[in-house]
Formats: sequence, structure tokens, C-alpha cells
Amino acid sequence: MSQGDNKGYGVVDSAVMARVRAKLGPLGLILHTHNQHGDDTVVVQADDILQVMEFLRHDPAMSFDMMMDLTAVDYLGAERTHPYLEPLKARFEVVYHLYSVEKNHRIRVKAPLTLENCYINSVTGIWAGADWFEREAFDLYGVVFRGHPNLKRILLYEGFEGHPLRKDYDKFKRQPLIGPVN
Amino acid sequence: MREEDREKGYDFHKKSHTDTMVINMGPSHPATHGTVKFFLTLDGEIIEDIDVEIGYLHRAFEKECEAQKWNGVFPYTDRLDYTASALNNVGYAMAAERLIGIEVPERCQYLRTIVSEMARLSGHYTNVGAGALELGALTAFIYFIEARELLWDLMESICGARLTHNYVRIGGVTSDLPSGFRENIKRIFAKNRELWVDFDTMLTKNRIFLDRMRDTGAISQKDAIEWGFTGPCLRATGVPYDVRRAQPYLVYDRVDFDIPVGSTGDNFDRYLVRMEEINQSMRIIEQCLEQMPDGPINVDDPRWRMPSKDDSSTKMEPLIFHFKQIIEGPQIPAGEVYQAVEGCNGELGYYLVSSGGGKPWKCRVRPPSFALTAAMPLLVKGAMLADLIPTFDMINLIGGECDR
Repeated sequence: MSQGDNKGYGVVDSAVMARVRAKLGPLGLILHTHNQHGDDTVVVQADDILQVMEFLRHDPAMSFDMMMDLTAVDYLGAERTHPYLEPLKARFEVVYHLYSVEKNHRIRVKAPLTLENCYINSVTGIWAGADWFEREAFDLYGVVFRGHPNLKRILLYEGFEGHPLRKDYDKFKRQPLIGPVN
Repeated sequence: MREEDREKGYDFHKKSHTDTMVINMGPSHPATHGTVKFFLTLDGEIIEDIDVEIGYLHRAFEKECEAQKWNGVFPYTDRLDYTASALNNVGYAMAAERLIGIEVPERCQYLRTIVSEMARLSGHYTNVGAGALELGALTAFIYFIEARELLWDLMESICGARLTHNYVRIGGVTSDLPSGFRENIKRIFAKNRELWVDFDTMLTKNRIFLDRMRDTGAISQKDAIEWGFTGPCLRATGVPYDVRRAQPYLVYDRVDFDIPVGSTGDNFDRYLVRMEEINQSMRIIEQCLEQMPDGPINVDDPRWRMPSKDDSSTKMEPLIFHFKQIIEGPQIPAGEVYQAVEGCNGELGYYLVSSGGGKPWKCRVRPPSFALTAAMPLLVKGAMLADLIPTFDMINLIGGECDR
């Protein structure tokens, strides 16, 4: 089991992070990096997500060929835990976990979003498997993925109002089930 | 073709062609295990298009976890992949421990490895057995259900539960192995190996089984990786990716085991990979029992670990710690972590976010069968309707895990 440092953001640079920093840093694409608990993490602007992902997917030293996980986090009321969120006035973060089967390394990519501008480009063109994961993040958090081929609810039913994993959605809120659609 | 038809230029084949038909299969269909709806467009018996609808077992896992203390999440994780619940416990506990920065004692790591592999056995018995059942092989199914029942007897002797074990805790496990466990496991594994041979004899060279499994639901290596396949379904295509080997955790780097891989990525290879993994899991458990040292099974730190019931009923301080754990929960420092373990169906990842406090800010599970089910259209488009059944069996959608 790998032991991370417990006090906050570590600064140990892995080979992956060094290359990400060297390649993306000069382009001004990186907002923040850390490797807390040994997980390499890079935070980027939501608008640049496709450019960053293309690099991570196709760069020969990176070749992140598998999109393991995609989810969102709502930091409403806990923005202080991530110092870079406050100046952006961001509330959400879309979190991607990438893995390279070829190189056996991982990276976490995060893109902060505000409530008013809760849009991000879809990565389904890079990893086909992102399809359902993006639908889930849309369903539960209301993040809209631009360019997704079929962005509709996946776990909840059509006609459900709101996005239940947002922190301002009351856990005990009840909604009536709607009747059959067809 | 009749003579008069030919004269009229009547093409029977063309004229008899029917329109495509749209049918609903599910959400509760006897030939699929798991609650899922397929919206099929059929041309005769050929699947033209398929839309998979999941979410029938959605029970707000994440929202519930956010309302629980860190320790209260374990019963919810049990119900993700309920055929292998101890594995889910282990993944969550490891993620939480990394957030805290503690390492559990060696004996505990061995215990966790043993229950993980027992859970994997239980999951594979269920999947392969039920897969056979849905192709009509009821007898074979009962052989593996017997094996699973025997295994659950073992689990019951460790933690008192058969299906949802709730065995692991942050910083340790609930109980040590009971006396007589080694003799029992020897007896039960001997029996299970016999059952495995019987099952194998009935199915692996069975003509009917082969016809339905071979060359159906195949996927290429490249597609499998692009769609986020992990576990037996990825290994059936020939990619030897296994979290236990790629990023060893617990004591997997100290035991000797093989990773079976397939070559064609079809249903039959998925079946063969799972059958061999059953043997490998038994090997791992036997090695763990040999190597396992004596010692504590929990971290010795009351901030993270609930005191034992004996202590909290008789002593003052443990009682205080007990209340602290229940009322405030372990105060895990702010941070985030992604911990992957090899689940039954593939990479089971926990992404935990703490804002500092007794409750998780976010508790995300990366469900392997979610990614696998998403690729269903790719696997069955253009195939016969009957091929949908073995493909869906070997994909092994577990409703609790996929829908959360």
C-alpha cells in the first residue's frame, strides 16, 4: 500500500507529472498540480479540456488509452479545501481518472466549473467509453457535456426534476413517480 | 420459385421481407440476471439496434454515503456487487486508510486478501453458474451453487453473515479467523475442486454450450481498452491487465498466482478466464493461510478504530472512544484519493473526497460492470437475438453495482 503524505499537497514529481508540466505548462493550460497520497493530479481550465485530453491520449510518453472513471464533485460550502477553487468562484469539478494499459500509470485530471457556466466539452470523441460516464455526471450533477451524442438521464427517469447529488438537493426531498412515457 | 411467379417477375425473397420490429426485453426477463431493459430493433432474428436502459436498482448510494459517518458506509458498499461483498468493503477501507495515512497490521492484510479472494470465488461461481443456467444448463448451475453455499459457510464462520458480510472496518477487520478454519477450508476446497471438475466436464466441451458461447459477443483488444473494459472481459481479449499484478496492494506481491488470458475476446474466452481464476483464487488463499503471521488485526489507534465490544462494555476509556466514533465519526483530514482494487468484474475504484470531518464529502465508486454494459450495443449489433443472452451473462451486469 502506498503511503501518501497526510498534511496536504505533496510536491514529489513523478515522470508523468514532470512531462505534463513541461508540455502543458508553457501553453498556460495548468491551473494547479499536486500528488496528494501519491495520486498525480492536474487541474486545468474547463475550456481547455479537449486540448489537454488529446495530449494525454496521444502523446507517446503518456498514452492514457483508458478512461477509467469520470465523475463530478460539488464543493458548495467546502471550496476552502481546494485553494484554487475560490479565485475561480468555481463550485463543481469534473474529475477524470485516466489509466494507461501500455505504460501502467495513472493520472487524475480535474476541471473546475461554476454554476452559471456548467458546461464542458465531451471527451466521447477521444474515449468511446466516456459516453455513459458523462451521462451519469449530467444526470446526477447537471453538468452539460457539449458535443455528447446522446446526453440524457441514465440512472434516474425522464421527468425527474433537479440533480440529486448537488449539495443543495435535500436528501429527504420526494418526487412523485411519473406515469408511463409511451 | 413457381413458374407463374417467375413470369410475373415476383421475387419471393424481396416481397416477403418484413419491416423491422421494436421490442422491449426486460426490465424483468427470465433469461437475464439483473434488472435491465433492452430496447431492441429486430430484423427477423437479427439485432439491428439496441438501447440499454439501466437504473432500475438505483438507490442513491452516493447520496446516502454522504449522510453517513465514514464507518457507516460499509453496509452500503456490501450491496454494490452483492455476489462479492467483502471485496467492496476492502476497497473502501483501503481508500479511507490512504486518506488518513495509516497502514493496517500484516495479519489484517492477509485476512483481507483471504476474504477478497473468497468473495471473488463467490462472484465467479455465481456468474458462471447463472450463465450456464440461462443457456438451459440447470444442473451445472446447481453444482456451482453448492460450491458457493459451502464457501458462504466459511464466510459465515468468519463474520457471521453469508451474503452481505460487512466484515472490514477502517483500520482493520471485525474478527479473526475462527478455530478450525484451516481444517474446514481444506475440506471445502477439496469438495469445491471436485465440483469444478464436474462443472467443467459438463460444459467446457459440451457441443450446445460451445455453439452458443464461441464467437459470440466478441470484442477486439483496441475496442475493449477504448470502452474501459477491465477484469475477465478485458483479459479474455488477451490484455493481461489485473490490478493485483499491475499495482499490487495488500499482500498480492507476496503470493504466487497466474493471470489467465484469452485470445479472441468472445464469450467462451470470458468463461474460460473466469473458470481458471477460480483455481487461482484458491491458490492465493492457500498460500495466504500458510504465510499468515500472528499478531493484531486492527490498528492500535482509537481515533480510527472502534474499540472491541468487550473493552467498551467493561472499561471507561474505550467506552468514550466508542461514543466518539458513533457520534462524531473518525475525523479524516481533508483530501482526495482514488484507490483501485481488482473486483470480480474488473477494476473497482473508490474515489473519496474528504472536507475534513466525520462524514465523506463524496464517495464515488467506479463500477466495472457499468463500463462493460455501456459497450453492449457494440457486442450484439448484427448478432442473433439468442446471442444476447450469453453475451449479457458474461458481461455480468450486477444491478447493485451498475445502478448504485
